[in-house]
Amino acid sequence: MTDQTRVITYAEAIREAIGQAMDADDRVFMLGEDIGVYGGAFGVSGDLYGRFGGERIRDTPISELGIVGAAVGAALAGMRPIVEIQFSDFTNQAMDQIVNQAAKIHFMLGGAANVPLVLRAPLGSGTGAAAQHSQSLEAWFAHVPGLKVVMPATAEDAKGLLLAAIDDPNPVIVLEHKLLYRTSGPVAEEAFRTPLGTTAVRRQGRDVTVVATGIMVSRALEAAEVLAEQGIDISVVDPRTLTPLDAGPILDDVSTTGRALLVQEAPGHVGYTAELAARIAESPALYRLLAPIKRLSGLDVPIPYAPQLERSVVPQVADIVEAAQTLVKES
Amino acid sequence: MPHPLADAATARSTLVTMWEIRRFEEAVDDLFARGLMHGTMHLSIGQEASPTGVCLALRETDAITSTHRGHGHCIAKGADLVRMMAELLAKETGYCRGRGGSMHIADVETNNLGANGIVAGGIPIAAGAALAYKLRGEDRVVACFFGDGAVNEGAFHEAVNLAAIWHLPVVFICENNKYGMSFSTEKSMLVHHVAEKAAGYGIPGVTVDGNDVPAVYEAMETAVARARAGEGPTLLENVTYRWKGHSKSDKNLYRTRDEISEWQEKDPIPHFEAQAIEAGLLTAEDVAAVRDEVVATLRAAVREANSAPDADPSDLLDSVFAQA
Ligand SMILES: Cc1ncc(C[n+]2csc(CCOP(=O)(O)OP(=O)(O)O)c2C)c(N)n1
Repeated sequence: MTDQTRVITYAEAIREAIGQAMDADDRVFMLGEDIGVYGGAFGVSGDLYGRFGGERIRDTPISELGIVGAAVGAALAGMRPIVEIQFSDFTNQAMDQIVNQAAKIHFMLGGAANVPLVLRAPLGSGTGAAAQHSQSLEAWFAHVPGLKVVMPATAEDAKGLLLAAIDDPNPVIVLEHKLLYRTSGPVAEEAFRTPLGTTAVRRQGRDVTVVATGIMVSRALEAAEVLAEQGIDISVVDPRTLTPLDAGPILDDVSTTGRALLVQEAPGHVGYTAELAARIAESPALYRLLAPIKRLSGLDVPIPYAPQLERSVVPQVADIVEAAQTLVKES
Repeated sequence: MPHPLADAATARSTLVTMWEIRRFEEAVDDLFARGLMHGTMHLSIGQEASPTGVCLALRETDAITSTHRGHGHCIAKGADLVRMMAELLAKETGYCRGRGGSMHIADVETNNLGANGIVAGGIPIAAGAALAYKLRGEDRVVACFFGDGAVNEGAFHEAVNLAAIWHLPVVFICENNKYGMSFSTEKSMLVHHVAEKAAGYGIPGVTVDGNDVPAVYEAMETAVARARAGEGPTLLENVTYRWKGHSKSDKNLYRTRDEISEWQEKDPIPHFEAQAIEAGLLTAEDVAAVRDEVVATLRAAVREANSAPDADPSDLLDSVFAQA
């Protein structure tokens, strides 16, 4: 930790990044529902409204398509909008503006214009908000050419990746996990950037490479502690940006351990871990495998309300432990 | 079906409905505060006259669609309090077997087509149900509940227009409680009344005191008659107020205590009690008896719901698709 590094929450780290970007560049502004005096549904915008006022922290009616569309237009006209969508599930309302407009304008215009737009949205389960407020839709966005997709797993990354996203001349979807907002970690005070497309190796191990995204990174690290006591030493690798994907460190680590366990909260069928499995299978790392690649995902089920049902649908620490043990036993 | 002040029995049952809504939500609030209930809750305390007046004007065969703030709609349409409470308590005996919770509760038997976690999500669905009834020549109406915030979603405009051009038997009921979460209607629209938006679709728009059961009922009765006659939809705006925060995370920074207490003085329940007493339909003793009776009903409902078996994770995968 340097002198200017403090422990702050994931939510505070995001707020700090937005504040610094707005201080540095008049083109940056924010729009979304209840981001003003309410401070944001998850408290992320906090005091920004008091600091920057209603012109730049722009509270909107409940109109996701209008909000994202207005941001696309503003970006096209030279601004740097940051949109907050209250729950990532509601990007559905704005899907045309995200998928058909924002993602394609640069390409369709032969490179003559850019859409430097950041769309932040909380994803994931664990709050009892049930099927329409708890989804993990990252694979939808990752499948669309022209969108960059970011999933910060730590407070430090929440800040560094967001600042990089704001600099980026493309539309970037930043998917924040609801359960991470109140977690904290060391974050530098300065306005540092964490480049998009750089995978982080969170823990280096010998026996299994666990590739995890979002909330699953911290669960994998917890599982690592349990497994270490049993003599199983795992790596935890976090791609942190799904597009662009920096596959190198993943393939290198799998080549070393010979075992790949791919973990995500989203349902497994046609999910992002399927992409990771394919990347491994298409690379020379395939020949180093001691066991078949294993995926651990959410069940292919909408997120239920009841806490005991909700927990049973998405991977927990114990599930990661068990999957890693199985991989080691199988080889 | 009858006017809430038509006779003593109707006045009494109207009052029971309102108190059941109030006490159900107070019980939920309490269970949540004590950590005995999961998730988040959107309480409609202060708004009881709207669902009560609306559903009184409906037949059993008529349908409703509801919202994230839908406990009142569900109760007014005739749902069983024990099964509702069981759903919120994550029980297998709940209306959705623990899968839906408060925001997705539905009681298909009473033609409640469901709450909705998506603002404005139910509005096109209501139009579609009304289309089905019309196509099949059934004499049924759909009452579609939503908040003032929902009228800023595209779904509202598309659905109202479809219902208007197809003359569908649906009544769009905006419960205007002044706020979409923290954003006030003064900021979210430049017209004064949501009902003014009806003009853009060529349908009637009516604004009533949403804390007055007879007023809501009378406006609804007219709208339902129009819908049944094949003349198409009405946009009914019930002006009301929610006393509690939007949900459990609300710090209430966007409105004043004075504003809240001003509306608490316009409590729809004692207002109706006074109307019923003045009309000579109920006595002060009747009113007190209703209050006691509902307290006991809710206590029993919580007890019974609590003793039911928990929802079971083992068959989750089987319940994703309907069996052919
Ligand atoms: C499409 C969508 N956007 C945002 C939300 C988050 N949200 C839930 S309720 C609500 C306010 C709704 O206001 P209103 O329609 O007036 O109903 P009220 O809560 O006042 O009953 C918001 C913003 C949501 N559930 N769905």
